[in-house]
Amino acid sequence: MPETPAIRTEKLSKRFGELAAVDELSLAIPAGELFGLVGSDGAGKSTTLRMLTGIMDPTAGEVFVLGEDMRRAGEGVRSQLGYMSQRFGLYPDLTVQENLRFYADIQMIPRRGREARIAELLEFGKLTPFKDRPAGKLSGGMKQKLGLACALVHRPRVLFLDEPTNGVDPVSRRDFWRILYGLLAEGVTVFVATAYLDEAERCGRVGLMHRGRLLACDTPKNLRGILKGGVLELATADPRHAVRALSGAFPGGSVVLFGERLHLFAPDPQEAEARARSVLEAQGLEVAVRPVQPTLEDLLVSLLREQG
Amino acid sequence: MKLKRVRAIAHKEFLHVLRDWRSLGIGIAIPVLMLFLFGYALTLDVDRVPLVVWDQSATPQSRTLVDAFKASRYFTMLPAVSDYREVERSIASRRAEIALVIPVDFAGKVAAGRAVAVQAILDGSDSNVASFALGYAEAVVGGYSQQVTVAAASRLGLPVSGALLKVEPRVWFNTDMESRNYIFPGLIAIVMMVIAALLTSLTFAREWEVGTMEQLIATPVTGGELILGKLIPYFAIGMFDLVLSVLVAEFVFHIPMRGELWLVFASSSIFMVGALSLGMLISIVTKSQFLASQIALVATMLPAFLLSGFVFPIANMPYPIQVFTHIVTARYFVVLLRGIYLKGLGLGHLYGETLFLAGFAVLILALSHLKFKKKIV
Repeated sequence: MPETPAIRTEKLSKRFGELAAVDELSLAIPAGELFGLVGSDGAGKSTTLRMLTGIMDPTAGEVFVLGEDMRRAGEGVRSQLGYMSQRFGLYPDLTVQENLRFYADIQMIPRRGREARIAELLEFGKLTPFKDRPAGKLSGGMKQKLGLACALVHRPRVLFLDEPTNGVDPVSRRDFWRILYGLLAEGVTVFVATAYLDEAERCGRVGLMHRGRLLACDTPKNLRGILKGGVLELATADPRHAVRALSGAFPGGSVVLFGERLHLFAPDPQEAEARARSVLEAQGLEVAVRPVQPTLEDLLVSLLREQG
Repeated sequence: MKLKRVRAIAHKEFLHVLRDWRSLGIGIAIPVLMLFLFGYALTLDVDRVPLVVWDQSATPQSRTLVDAFKASRYFTMLPAVSDYREVERSIASRRAEIALVIPVDFAGKVAAGRAVAVQAILDGSDSNVASFALGYAEAVVGGYSQQVTVAAASRLGLPVSGALLKVEPRVWFNTDMESRNYIFPGLIAIVMMVIAALLTSLTFAREWEVGTMEQLIATPVTGGELILGKLIPYFAIGMFDLVLSVLVAEFVFHIPMRGELWLVFASSSIFMVGALSLGMLISIVTKSQFLASQIALVATMLPAFLLSGFVFPIANMPYPIQVFTHIVTARYFVVLLRGIYLKGLGLGHLYGETLFLAGFAVLILALSHLKFKKKIV
């Protein structure tokens, strides 16, 4: 008999009037997985998380966490899950330590183990020197780490994080992921929503979400495999001019500007390279071409292109 | 319901209040300010009404009448005037509230035992003062008139009977009829009502606005625990304000306390829970601090002030409004506090009001619990 997944949704939908914020989302996430839900702003990630944590009711479909129906989530399952909302949800006038104590008490952590657990979390997030500082006066990165510490104070079995590293400096971001990997080693199921594709690459499995719908869901490696053919990176002196010149020869949005470089999606890279060179040389542009590992960003662009 | 969680919420809420000078201001400075402001300024007693006299008669008889006015503590005599223009100017400029004009033939008619009219001109723009002043003036003139009658009768050798019927007044409870004694216990009720609702009207709305509620509702905490936990610190502030009010009443305004002090605290506790819950209910329903505080002010301050019988007698109101006052909780609390303070009444007389307040508190608490959803819509 297969183990029940830690998180399972069945055609989960949420409509706000005409808008389908989440549209028939079906997911099954086994216990102990680090799952990344990736999408741009407004893709429906936060709404999905709110339904998964039981703080928002779906308009249709089902949602189960640890086998419990989250539409009627009781004390039992709630004490098993941790949630960190997108907005900083801690009390700015309370100190770091007071915020942690508050959540520890709300989660019924016995007095005896409480201080040790808090000290451990403070140490984990490198927050110990700031324990008496009001939470509102922390930097963005420290705020997020405190939020994570509060969500972890009761050792949840499932952790939900909504864009946890948004606006966080690279050092804190590294700390953050170090903590998440630590949790994974302890068998915690982690569900993280993010707009950063490079972060999604760190996940065991990734769901790509766009306008409420799940476009694809697989390991980062397999997802990259979905891309038919390959991706070419083109470097020229005038990338904007090059995009305009190439879009005629490669219709359907397969030429995309990534910073100062162009990415060209092609089913047959060799043929495409030759064609691109001839187009650009006719425009008097020199070009350097090299094949690159497709990123999730390439994938998202490509999937969206296929969908029209 | 887990006590540990209730305690955690109460403790957190205490910290919020201690660290936010605005809540402390609403909780402590405003009640003290209101007590002193209204305690000193709000008096319905009308005395030392400024009076101007034009004595056209200028005789011993007319001077006796003027002296009677001078002797009354209800009037303050302004320098005499000698024509209507000056009378008009005194009234128009509000230097005088009442003018007395004694006709030229006053002495002659009095001596002849004939009826004579004395004119009183009043500033009706303040009708309250005017009607009091007129009453006082009639009393003074009536007294003088009786004196003259008695004197004339005794001169003629007739039996002196004086008036046949006479009211012997005896005022109970507030023997000096000091309006402050009657206003102040009501004032305590108003202060309690207003600050209670204002304080709690912010609590839930603030958590929704700041975003902490989203975090909180994902935990196992229950609505009942949240409501109770948030009630406790504000209840403590309310009781602190009550102690302040009782002290100010006793030592600053010397309001007589004829009843039992514990009854004041017991009934206030019941009232307080209702008022705090009302603020909380408003906060839960609106989810907006601005809206909640505005609604709390309108829903508590106005009815408490106007419809509680605190200053304006309910019996004088139009019937539909009288009916409406029955749902204004401050009305019952005003009656309770006045009953305890001035009449020394016990629960035997006041159980109706107490039961109503308790019922209201339970109802609003239940509604708050019903309306609070651990869901984002």
